[in-house]
Amino acid sequence: MDPEPKKPEDSPSNSANSHAPVQPPSPFPDEVLEKVLSFIDSHKDRSSVSLVRKDWYNAERWTRSKLFIGNCYSVSPEIVARRFPRIKSITLKGKPRFSDFNMLPRDWGANVHSWLVMFAKVYPFLEELRLKRMTVTDESLELLAKSFSGFKALSLSSCDGFTDIGLKAIASHCRNLTELDIQDSVTEDVGGGWLSCFPENFASLEVLNFASLNSEVSFDDLERLVSRCKSLRVLKVNESITLDQLQRLLVHAPQLLELGTGSFLQELTPRQYEDIESAFSNCKNLQILSGLWEANSLYLPVLYGACAGLTFLNLSDAPLQSGEFAKLLAHCPNLRRLWVVDTVEDKGLEAVGSCCPLLEELRVFPADPYDRHHRDGVTELGFLAVSRGCRNLHYVLYFCRRMTNAAVVTIVQNCPDFTHFRLCIMTPGQPDYLTNDPMDEAFAAVVKTCTKLKRLSVSGLLTDLTFEFIGKYAKNLETLSVAFAGNSDWGMQCVLEGCPKLRKLEIRDSPFGNAALLSGLKKYEMMRSLWMSDCNVTMKGCRLLAREMPRLNVEVIMDEESDESQADKVYVYRSVAGPRRDAPPFVLTL
Amino acid sequence: MDLNLKATELRLGLPGSDEPADQLQSSSSHVKNNKRSCSEIDGSCQKQESGAPAQKAQVVGWPPVRSYRKNVMEQQKKPESDGSGFVKVSMDGAPYLRKIDLKLYKNYFDLLKALENMFKCTIGVYSEREGYNGSEYAPTYEDKDGDWMLVGDVPWDMFITSCKRLRIMKGSEAKGLGCL
Repeated sequence: MDPEPKKPEDSPSNSANSHAPVQPPSPFPDEVLEKVLSFIDSHKDRSSVSLVRKDWYNAERWTRSKLFIGNCYSVSPEIVARRFPRIKSITLKGKPRFSDFNMLPRDWGANVHSWLVMFAKVYPFLEELRLKRMTVTDESLELLAKSFSGFKALSLSSCDGFTDIGLKAIASHCRNLTELDIQDSVTEDVGGGWLSCFPENFASLEVLNFASLNSEVSFDDLERLVSRCKSLRVLKVNESITLDQLQRLLVHAPQLLELGTGSFLQELTPRQYEDIESAFSNCKNLQILSGLWEANSLYLPVLYGACAGLTFLNLSDAPLQSGEFAKLLAHCPNLRRLWVVDTVEDKGLEAVGSCCPLLEELRVFPADPYDRHHRDGVTELGFLAVSRGCRNLHYVLYFCRRMTNAAVVTIVQNCPDFTHFRLCIMTPGQPDYLTNDPMDEAFAAVVKTCTKLKRLSVSGLLTDLTFEFIGKYAKNLETLSVAFAGNSDWGMQCVLEGCPKLRKLEIRDSPFGNAALLSGLKKYEMMRSLWMSDCNVTMKGCRLLAREMPRLNVEVIMDEESDESQADKVYVYRSVAGPRRDAPPFVLTL
Repeated sequence: MDLNLKATELRLGLPGSDEPADQLQSSSSHVKNNKRSCSEIDGSCQKQESGAPAQKAQVVGWPPVRSYRKNVMEQQKKPESDGSGFVKVSMDGAPYLRKIDLKLYKNYFDLLKALENMFKCTIGVYSEREGYNGSEYAPTYEDKDGDWMLVGDVPWDMFITSCKRLRIMKGSEAKGLGCL
């Protein structure tokens, strides 16, 4: 069950054979064992394998080629280097998720550099690096570009710290690059010159995603690059690319599986309109579509020819109205995943219910999160309509301004297979708008009905009852997000004592204090992390936790304005690496 | 077992806001929120008194949307230029507006004829030098940049994508537009 290579080196002695002085000889020679184990891919399975006996542990560590580290501070580069000699692919995640919403001060940490220094020394054959929520400087990218001759795939998701200088190094030096995937870049100052640094004969790219980088790139260089890379299957350009430029790219790459368009607003002549329409119709393999900035009903129809095979439509950058949205959906009968902005309103969601029977995932983002324009967005009615038409729905992220208990009860009856239920009623502490009751009944229904539930985000007015239900029924829950909810320590205690598979718990602005924090003493070592901000936890409580549980890092992020006895932001996580050595002055490790 | 009936009472306000006052003073997260709530951009944030509905409070990191998603609303196109082809037409002196679908016409000739029919007026013939000089009325339009232009100056294709609304002006007033 433990997914990460952060168990201490002596962990095999905890296996069943620990009482025997010497382990009996293995029935298989090492080579056979290693060969068999080399087929095991999942890091969770490999973790289990490594716990069986000492020779299995050794065989596993020699054959592991893919490393997954869910929290970069849970283990150190040195420990990793000692245990795994042959790694080709690494996934590394850094900051806690709430950093996406600006809740972490700048320079908090999760800098990849010390990892890269180790990788350069120990894994010269590294091919893939996937980073999420980490700080990646130009210096790091330069080191990366020069250290691994066979480097193939770089994925940066929600990362910050780099500019085009670093990307230029990647483009210039990584001769075998197949993947450059930059998602949700937090970095502001990335110029566009890097794209022109791919050598003239470079043609190995299969994935190119620079949609979240703002600057203009040289279209000529992009066009030449796309026409050279015959194996290109994913292309996501940024907003600077116009419709007629996109048309030229599509003519070079009709084989694309995944396309992120540029700006969809341009005055086209009828000839240009026909050309782009025909270019889209020639994209017979398109499964995933995104981008579409400023798309409107005038130009959306050019897409229709490419929509028959679409399984994932991401309209989260294109705030459409219900009418044009419904017309588009009519051409997309095979959708499994759909992301939209709430400008489509309930009416648009009704269209989803009627047009997309195979839908499995729906995310509805708010156009106006701070309610400056007083738009309605979507309500419980839209969600209900989707649940009636899309019985396979198992993932939802829904931002709304009003919800009722009754609606949620019906929704989960229609769709009992939810694995991810993230409901965000945008006004904190808002009750059922029809009955004025807390939303306890809604979430009770979710956890009782959806037995496969792995991830839950709660919102609205919630009492401790909600948490009692979660603790009692959510037996498969792994991730729970709580905001402005609960009445007392009891709520959080129920969750900590009840959910056996809980791995990540993030709480903000809820009245849970030291008693609640300390009730999870034993639990936190089985979890990846706990985040609590603006709750009722004090420094005293945190120190107590730190003292009792030496294998946990208990970190308090200090705020200039806060009172010294309060622990405003607490981040607790298991680690075999001990306290952070790179903590900035405002992070206190207790 | 504590049934916590108080929790099921109808009330407004954030949970925990009915806790004893001293707890609120020393440790309430809601009090602390006041210091941070004004860090969001516009000044419409309101102080949260305990028990008051927190309808418009803007709190850091809430709702949990990533920064780049926050400005989606500003990208929203105004209803008139939703690209459907329908534009409002006003005529000086007429009591109400009409709406026409520009996509139904192939060229300026068809459009002007239709307008003449609709408003029972004479618009006459366009000339690059004189505009609609000599006619009773002159057709003008507001383009994407918000400027008022004389109908006929640009190619038809460009016109239909840039026209947001039409106004049929009295000939005497239209002298200011068109070529000098």
